[in-house]
Amino acid sequence: MNRRLLGPAPQWLKRGRLAHIGLLAATTLVSYGCGPNAPNSQSGAAVSGAAVLARPEWPSSFAIGHDATPAQIAALDIDFGPDGAGAPPGSGSVAEGKVVYDTKCVGCHGLTGQEGPNDRLVGREPRDGFPFGESRGIRKTIGNYWPYATTIFDYVTRAMPMTSPGSLTPDEVYAVAAYILFLNEIIPEDAVMNAETLPAVVMPARDRFVPDDRVGGPEVR
Amino acid sequence: MGKISRRTMLGATGGLIAGGLLKTRADALAAEEGVARLQTTQADPTKVLGAPTSVLGQRAPGEQPRRQMGTPATTASSRTPIEQLQGIITPADLHFERHHAGVPAIDPDRYELLIHGMVDRPMTFTLDDLKRFPAESRLCFVECSGNGGAAYNRNAARERAPWQIDGLLSTSEWTGVLLSTLLREVRVDRGASWLLAEGGDAAVMSRSIPLEKALDDAMIAYGQNGEAIRPAQGYPARLLLPGWEGNAQVKWIRRLEISDRPSMTREETSKYTDPLADGTARQFSFVMDAKSIITFPAFPNVLPERGWWEITGLAWSGRGRITRVEVSTDGGRTWAPAQLQEPVLSKCTTRFRHIWNWDGGEALLMSRAIDETGYVQPDLETQIAARGAGSSYHYNTIRPWRVEADGRVFFAQGEGA
Ligand code: HEC
Repeated sequence: MNRRLLGPAPQWLKRGRLAHIGLLAATTLVSYGCGPNAPNSQSGAAVSGAAVLARPEWPSSFAIGHDATPAQIAALDIDFGPDGAGAPPGSGSVAEGKVVYDTKCVGCHGLTGQEGPNDRLVGREPRDGFPFGESRGIRKTIGNYWPYATTIFDYVTRAMPMTSPGSLTPDEVYAVAAYILFLNEIIPEDAVMNAETLPAVVMPARDRFVPDDRVGGPEVR
Repeated sequence: MGKISRRTMLGATGGLIAGGLLKTRADALAAEEGVARLQTTQADPTKVLGAPTSVLGQRAPGEQPRRQMGTPATTASSRTPIEQLQGIITPADLHFERHHAGVPAIDPDRYELLIHGMVDRPMTFTLDDLKRFPAESRLCFVECSGNGGAAYNRNAARERAPWQIDGLLSTSEWTGVLLSTLLREVRVDRGASWLLAEGGDAAVMSRSIPLEKALDDAMIAYGQNGEAIRPAQGYPARLLLPGWEGNAQVKWIRRLEISDRPSMTREETSKYTDPLADGTARQFSFVMDAKSIITFPAFPNVLPERGWWEITGLAWSGRGRITRVEVSTDGGRTWAPAQLQEPVLSKCTTRFRHIWNWDGGEALLMSRAIDETGYVQPDLETQIAARGAGSSYHYNTIRPWRVEADGRVFFAQGEGA
């Protein structure tokens, strides 16, 4: 969904965590987005190790390709980010989600989302801490590992059920997300998920994720 | 492979492809593929008229490398038999596979790449459009982030072949248009910093990619080793991010949405994040650190006699060129520089070789890669100390091999080496 219509990026992205990426890219684009012949010198310096963005003999545009129509964009633009960007209208309750789950998911993810045979979706253990780095024995689930509830909607819309992907309506996906969140003891049984409530769910593992600090050089990280 | 008999190279134990078997299987395959004329070799080929020319070449009947599927066979991934290959290039039909919902059948005539979001001019490009732009070719590796998992284990099994450890690694010459070239056409907005890359497979695979990489060396690739990309590698076009984990290099690329924040897709939260011992998980850990693996001698090889043997393998780094590979035959007490085979390219596998006079006693072989940033491939305990024993992905520790006095070779990570 077009982020231009949205407010600024989340704080955690701004506060230096991934800022190096944002800043470098932005610097590059200032020169590059504005002028036809800008790229080479300024942007080459801004992006470390950058390939030459354009050769001197290149025109500002090759005039190859086609304008994308709003309909073409709308047909493909299915992502649903943590800020609610891209959320389609619709809603679903925990009870409705149980019906979806029991008919379309249970065979691969188990009666309560824990039994498999495929990925385990439910489980809060261990409730204290986040010991996944210490031992490989603990199964990751939506309840103990996923940082954002919106990812359930985004992923299930794309890829599930595995054998008929993309077949669920937005109402069904909101509902099954509600049911999975309920089974994970994250939302109450009477909760309804929609474009506003789903992004507002705070996941237990929300603050566990940190940016990559490996940078090469002699230190092993 | 010259002087070494096939049985020696493949090892006496456990292989599907011990000498005799291989021949039978090759015969069966040849018949299957309608190349019966290649079935038998001649005792004296100088006395029999040879086979005519053909529209499509075949491998020699006795040379039938196959992707390794594991037991039980998995449908989500297959591995490159790295120990059966020479040099650095992976034949396209042996490139490893990792799919999240199978290989889609995409009509190249209907294929379009959409670029939209924080841009002045949202655009679509057909395959012909993509091919009309100035093209580039480059050699680089593609590696699954989970490659090497079998080596990140103090109790690793001894009977592990190189493909089981590092077979989610392949190297190709990729051809395509630099993503920066396409982004000039759509004119990215000031303030944009990420893009969402999305595939046209049944998982509609999606990953958020920093715009910095898109403007550096990212490519929309449509060529692989001189021909069209294979369906399993993303036909008709894929995102190529040299040096970065394979999962982010979205195959069957259909959409790029420019934005100012990551989308937090399943593949960058639930998966492909690296939990650490301090109770956090590294996210957007894209770059593959320097690694190396000795591919000969390795399990299940058996060295038939003492004497001169060439230790060889692959080294690679997602951060640039390999500057040095060191080999130890005494479990890391002493190290000698290996010979690096040209070409030595950035973000590409480098073939290394080290000639060794085996005295017939026990030996513990190791290799360690050093890249142009000065990073030295660590041993297992160093990496566990930095990350925790349960950490996942980006397993780049030293891979040791034990040569026993009878010539058998075993994976030795489980020895706590
Ligand atoms: C035919 C089997 C099958 C069915 C039916 C199925 N799934 Fe899945 N599901 C899978 C497999 C296999 C995976 C792992 C896919 C992968 O790793 O790429 C998965 C993964 C998932 C995940 C991600 C888990 C994680 O930890 O990353 C979610 C969420 C999910 N499924 C939800 C659902 C929902 C909701 C339904 C019903 C609407 C459903 N699935 C139906 C097989 C299935």
